[in-house]
Amino acid sequence: MDMSPEKLVDAYRLMKTIREFEERMRSEYQQGKLPGFIHIYRNQEAIAVAACLDMTNEDYIASTHRGHGHCIAKGCEIEAMLLELACKEDGLCNGKGGSMHIADMSKGMLGANAIVGGGPPIAAGAALTAKTLGNGAVSMAFIGDGASDQGTVAESLNLAVVLQLPMIFMYENNRYAEFTRSPKPDGRIAERAGAFGMPSEVIDGSDFFAMYDACQQAIARGRDGGGPTAIEAVCNRYYGHFEGDAQAYRDQEELAQERAVSDPIPRFLADPRAAALTAEKIADIDVAIMAEIDRGFEVTYAAADPTPDKLYTDVYIHYEGRLR
Amino acid sequence: MKMTIREAINLTLHQEMERDERVIVLGEDVASDQGGVYGITDGLPAKFGLHRVIDTPITESAIVGAAGGAALTGLRPVAELMFVDFLGVCLDQILNQIAKFRYMFGGQARTPVVIRTMIGAGTGTGPQHSQILYPLLAAIPGIKVVTPANAADAKGLLTTAIRDDDPVIFCEHKALYMDECEVPDGEYVLPFGQASISAEGSDITIVGMSRTAVIAGEAAAKLAQKGISAEVIDLRTLSPLDEASVLESLAKTGRLVVVDESNPYCSMASEIAGLVAERGFDTLDAPVKRVTSPHTPVPATPCLEADYVPSVERVMAAVEETLSY
Repeated sequence: MDMSPEKLVDAYRLMKTIREFEERMRSEYQQGKLPGFIHIYRNQEAIAVAACLDMTNEDYIASTHRGHGHCIAKGCEIEAMLLELACKEDGLCNGKGGSMHIADMSKGMLGANAIVGGGPPIAAGAALTAKTLGNGAVSMAFIGDGASDQGTVAESLNLAVVLQLPMIFMYENNRYAEFTRSPKPDGRIAERAGAFGMPSEVIDGSDFFAMYDACQQAIARGRDGGGPTAIEAVCNRYYGHFEGDAQAYRDQEELAQERAVSDPIPRFLADPRAAALTAEKIADIDVAIMAEIDRGFEVTYAAADPTPDKLYTDVYIHYEGRLR
Repeated sequence: MKMTIREAINLTLHQEMERDERVIVLGEDVASDQGGVYGITDGLPAKFGLHRVIDTPITESAIVGAAGGAALTGLRPVAELMFVDFLGVCLDQILNQIAKFRYMFGGQARTPVVIRTMIGAGTGTGPQHSQILYPLLAAIPGIKVVTPANAADAKGLLTTAIRDDDPVIFCEHKALYMDECEVPDGEYVLPFGQASISAEGSDITIVGMSRTAVIAGEAAAKLAQKGISAEVIDLRTLSPLDEASVLESLAKTGRLVVVDESNPYCSMASEIAGLVAERGFDTLDAPVKRVTSPHTPVPATPCLEADYVPSVERVMAAVEETLSY
């Protein structure tokens, strides 16, 4: 596998940033300092990072309700994200999107999505743009195991095959659809996607290097006009469906076991391919991450809420009618 | 030049695809030899190629959603939702995605998508191919809803829709496709939010939209023979809604009949009646009368369908009742 030292550093930095960012978010949220409804990505970090590491701002992703990791992996600024998650005026979406609708068009991040299965048709459209313009860009939809049963996903799989779109269906099979254990054994989601007529494979989602390898191939296939690919990344949902969900419906022994084996970060660091990351380097990166997060929260808590007039802005670009 | 609405829409698609190569057309059968169900996209594939005129499977969520995603990322798609009734299988992509991108992304998004769709009863297509549904769409913040009633307006409004940077639903009444009128040559752009006064009058105002604007016009012509001077307002766009034109006309006539092919509850007729109750009360000389379709599905049988759709006779009766108040 071709992985430059810079990419290696980025991979670690991004996974660790997602982890620390979200752990801090949880803690602040539990103290009642953040509004709304959040969904934590812990133990799935390798998937987002491997998926986005070789993408540029001209490539697109459509995310899900569990989207913080996708944002960070796609290059969204921590401070602007935090401002948005706290619904502040200077947030990425002026505070009008929040956690479940955060987007950053400048990074090709086409939005988290509070509708399960809402993203794939949009990602298919972005892939259609890339194909029509012939610019070599690719588009990726993140899809949970729950969303894999939505009609929009099946329609998007089919359209992507029929139009040979440069698209990647990135399934994150964390084995729980909200509170319900997925009845499908691992691998069935990829099998279904493959049945539409695209290459599909099942990858261990906590193995960064395996994920990166699969994503590189899928992205290259898309860029070269080879059409769509589906990847089922099998992983573990460390926390509940949303923050505050105690997962009483899960077998606690199984949960503890899954948590222990599915943390992608130590696994990444233990891999010989990450040997260039010395303890010293890691410590430096960690310090920088914590400083960035601290600074982000400091700025966020001092930031202004949107002014009342913002209720009426950006409904349209131009509207000749009445909004109130 | 005289042409039908069908021809005017086809011509406008040709003109706009010629003008801007970011304009693409996608939908079911749009690249077929006969140019879709009513030949609307006839000639486009030969001229612009199959990479810009894209036949899709029967997959409305993916058609509409992909059009939205393509618009978000730099194209100007014109998607065809063959019949507006199919909104039932793709509403999420309109309601929760396309309509909200700009707002929920804090103004970052630009979604120049047009969804062309066929509306209306009168051709025997039955309960699932004949609905109006535009009040449902006009109630969604973030999208615009356009309802041309003649070929000239179809050209001017579709041109504006394709050039508009916001999402637009362009409603084509299937019973009007073969209606002919004079259409301006060359570039013709009509602003949204401006109703047209299709007949001037002083005794009563009749408001219509899409096919009911035509029915209102026919009623006004017959009323003229009886010595009644009716002013006919064609709303042309439902969102944005030209409230000023309705209120100004009412100030002149003092009486109002609204003709709307919607089902009655939460209809455009109700919206106009509400507007007038709130902001035109002092100018009313008689109660507002709404002429709508009934609170029933559209029957397939032609004999019942004829009673479903607001007729010239029903409009005339409503006018006479209002005048005799």
